[in-house]
Amino acid sequence: MRLNRKDLLGIEELSKEEIELILSTAASFKEVSEREIKKVPTLRGKTIINLFYEASTRTRTSFEIAAKRMSADAVNISVAASSAKKGETLKDTAKNLEAMNPDCIVVRHSSAGAPHMLARYLKSSVINAGDGAHEHPSQALLDMFTVKERLGRLEGLRIVIAGDIAHSRVARSNMHGFKKMGAEVTLCGPPTMMPKGIESICGVKSDMKDAIKDADVIMMLRIQLERQKEALFPSVREYSRVYGLDNEKLNGSKKDVIILHPGPVNRGVEISPEVADGPWSLILEQVKNGVAVRMALFYLLLGGVKE
Amino acid sequence: MKRLALTGGRVLDPESGIDGVYDLFVIGGRIAALKPLSHEPPLGDGWEVIDCRGRLIVPGLVDLHTHLREPGEEYKETIKTGSLAAAAGGVTTVFSMANTKPVNDNAAVTRYIRKKAEEEGCVNVFPVGAVTLGLMGEGLTEMGELRDAGCIAVSDDGRPIVDGSLMRRALEYSKVFGLTVISHAEDPSIAGNGVMNEGVISTRLGLKGIPNAAEEAMVGRDIALAELTGGKLHIAHVSVRGSVFLIRAAKKRGVNLTAEAAPHHLTLTDEMVLGFDTDAKMNPPLRGREDVDALREGLKDGTIDCIATDHAPHSSIEKDVEFDYASFGAVGLETSLPVMLGLVDEGFLTLDSLIRLMAVNPAKLMGLDRGTLNIGSPADVAIVDLERKWVVDPAKFKSKGRNTPFKGRELRGKVIKTIVNGNVVYDGEI
Repeated sequence: MRLNRKDLLGIEELSKEEIELILSTAASFKEVSEREIKKVPTLRGKTIINLFYEASTRTRTSFEIAAKRMSADAVNISVAASSAKKGETLKDTAKNLEAMNPDCIVVRHSSAGAPHMLARYLKSSVINAGDGAHEHPSQALLDMFTVKERLGRLEGLRIVIAGDIAHSRVARSNMHGFKKMGAEVTLCGPPTMMPKGIESICGVKSDMKDAIKDADVIMMLRIQLERQKEALFPSVREYSRVYGLDNEKLNGSKKDVIILHPGPVNRGVEISPEVADGPWSLILEQVKNGVAVRMALFYLLLGGVKE
Repeated sequence: MKRLALTGGRVLDPESGIDGVYDLFVIGGRIAALKPLSHEPPLGDGWEVIDCRGRLIVPGLVDLHTHLREPGEEYKETIKTGSLAAAAGGVTTVFSMANTKPVNDNAAVTRYIRKKAEEEGCVNVFPVGAVTLGLMGEGLTEMGELRDAGCIAVSDDGRPIVDGSLMRRALEYSKVFGLTVISHAEDPSIAGNGVMNEGVISTRLGLKGIPNAAEEAMVGRDIALAELTGGKLHIAHVSVRGSVFLIRAAKKRGVNLTAEAAPHHLTLTDEMVLGFDTDAKMNPPLRGREDVDALREGLKDGTIDCIATDHAPHSSIEKDVEFDYASFGAVGLETSLPVMLGLVDEGFLTLDSLIRLMAVNPAKLMGLDRGTLNIGSPADVAIVDLERKWVVDPAKFKSKGRNTPFKGRELRGKVIKTIVNGNVVYDGEI
C-alpha cells in the first residue's frame, strides 16, 4: 500500500480513505516502538531531511525518531527564519538539498504555503511539518489516531477545539480531518481569535462552558503570550479565567471527556496543571502516537516494501 | 510631413459619436480626416497605408496608473520596456507613479523621466509627482515646480498618506496648480501586515487578511477631506463594495472626486490565491465576488470613472519566494484591453462604454487632448482584432515583468497595431 501522492501538504486535500489508510498503517507501526530493538529495515537506504525554519522540539524529534526507527537516514537542518529572509532563498536552499538526492524533505516554516512552493520545485516528497497558520497535517493525524484508539471511532463524536483559532495550523488541520471522518467540530474562543468566515466551515461558540458541555473531545490550543500586544486578549489572567480549561469548567462536561493539547503547554494559562496531568488528559499519548503516525507517513510516501 | 492612411476599418470614437467603416487619415502626427470608405484610386506617393479591413480602430488607451520602475529598479522594468508593453496593449499614454528610486518628488527626477521617455520611450509618459517628500508622509513636495516640470497629478501611490491633516493640506495646496491628488486609500493600522483579502479563503490558507474596512475607512476619510477642501481627488484602484457605495454617495452630493478600478479587480476573486500563487498577490488584494460585482455596477453607473492597470512589474527575486515575503503587484498593460473585452463579450458593457472607460474618461480627467480621434487631435490609435483568440504567455511579454494572474488564460481580442503621435510603435503582425 502507498499513498497515491508525492507530498503530504495538508489535511484539506486528503480523502477520508487516505486518512483511514494512514491511521491503520500507523496502528501497525505503533508496536515497533514497544520492542526491545526499536527498528525495522523498511526504509533502509532512504534519506530524509528535516528542514526546520521554526524552532521545534516535539515535532522535529518525532520525525527524526520515526525516520530512524524505519532505518532511514535522517538529517536535521535548523534555519532561523530571520537569517533565511536575508540569505539564501527557500527555493535555492531546497534545490541545493535536492542535489544531494534526498527521498523526502520534511519542512516547517513560519510562512503559509512554503511547503507547497517546495513541492512544486522538488522531485522528492515533501511533508508539511507546519506552515504558518495554515496546516500541520501530521499533528492532526496523530490527534485523530489518539482519539480513535481511545474511543474506538471518530464518526459522530463531538470535538471542541478551543483557543486562538485564527493563528492555529493545528486547529485548521484538525477541523478538516475530524469533519472528513464524520465528527462534529465546534470551535471556541473569543471573536478576536476567530478568522473571518470560519463559521461557514465549522460551528463557532464564544462561551467555553456552553461549548464543552456535550463534548467527547476537548482540544486546547497553546496561546501565544505575545498576542496580548495585538489586543487579541486583554491579559493572561483574563484569558485564563474565561477560556482556560480547569476542573471547575470541566465539571459541566461529560464524565468521560478526553483532553488533548498539541503542546507545548502553558500551564495555568490555557490549561490548569490539574487538567493537563489529570486522568482525562491524553497529552503524552499524543506524543507517543506521533512517532507511529510519522512512521506511517514515511512508509506510505516513500513506498518501502513492508517486511 | 509623414502621412498615414488607415483604410477600411471600423472606426469607433465615443467622443465624436462615430462608429462605422471609414478611412482615417493622419498627417504630421495628428488626425487629419475621416472619410466614408472611398473607392477612389490608391493614394499617391508619400502615404503609408495600413489595411484595417475587419479591424477595430479606437483611440489609444490612457492608463492613469503605471509603475515604470525607472529610475532605480531597472531590473524590473524600464521606461523603454514599460512603454513597449503599453504599446503592445494598445495603451498610448501612461501615468508613471512616483515610487521610483529616487522618488519623483522633485523637478530633477521628473525631467529625467521625461527625457528618458523622449529618448527611449514609445508612448506618451506623464510622470506623477509625489505628494510627500520621499513618500515618507511628512512634508509636502514642491508641487509648483513639479507641475512646471511636467507633472499633472501627484500621488504617494504604494503608500497611503496616513496623516489626515497632511492629506488635507495636499488637497488644498495642489489646487493652486490644478494638480489631481491620487490617493492610495488604505488604512495601514487596519490592514496590518495582511497579505491577501480577509475572508474565507484567507482563513482556509492561514494567510493574514486585509479587511475591506482598511480601504473603506480611508476612502471615507479622503472623501470628507475632498469635501472640506474642494481639492481634486482621484481614488486609485478601488477594490471593495463599500468604497463603491461611499464614492457613489459622495458624487451624488457633488464632491469633486473621481475613481479608477483595475482589470484584475473587475474580473478575479481571492480564490486565485488558492495554491499560494504570488502572481495573485497585489495591493489592494483580489477581493470577493460581491466586491467584483459592485465594482462592475460602479463602472456601469459612472461611479468608477475609468479603468487603470496598476501595472506593477516585479522580477523573480520578489515573486519566487514564500507568499508572505513576495512583493505586491501584477503587470497589466499587455492584458488590460483583452481582459476587459471579456465584459463586452458577456454583454455587461458596450464596446463604446469600454473605450470611454479606458481612453476618453482618463484623458479628460487629466485634461489631455487625447483619448479621441477628433480631427486635429494627436494621432494616438489602437488597431484591434476583436476576434483573435490568444493564450497569455508571460514569456512573450514586452514587459520585463512576468507576474500576471492571467497567465495561461485564453483571451479574445488582440491589439494588432498601435500608433502614437502618428508613428506606428507596435506591430503585432511582425
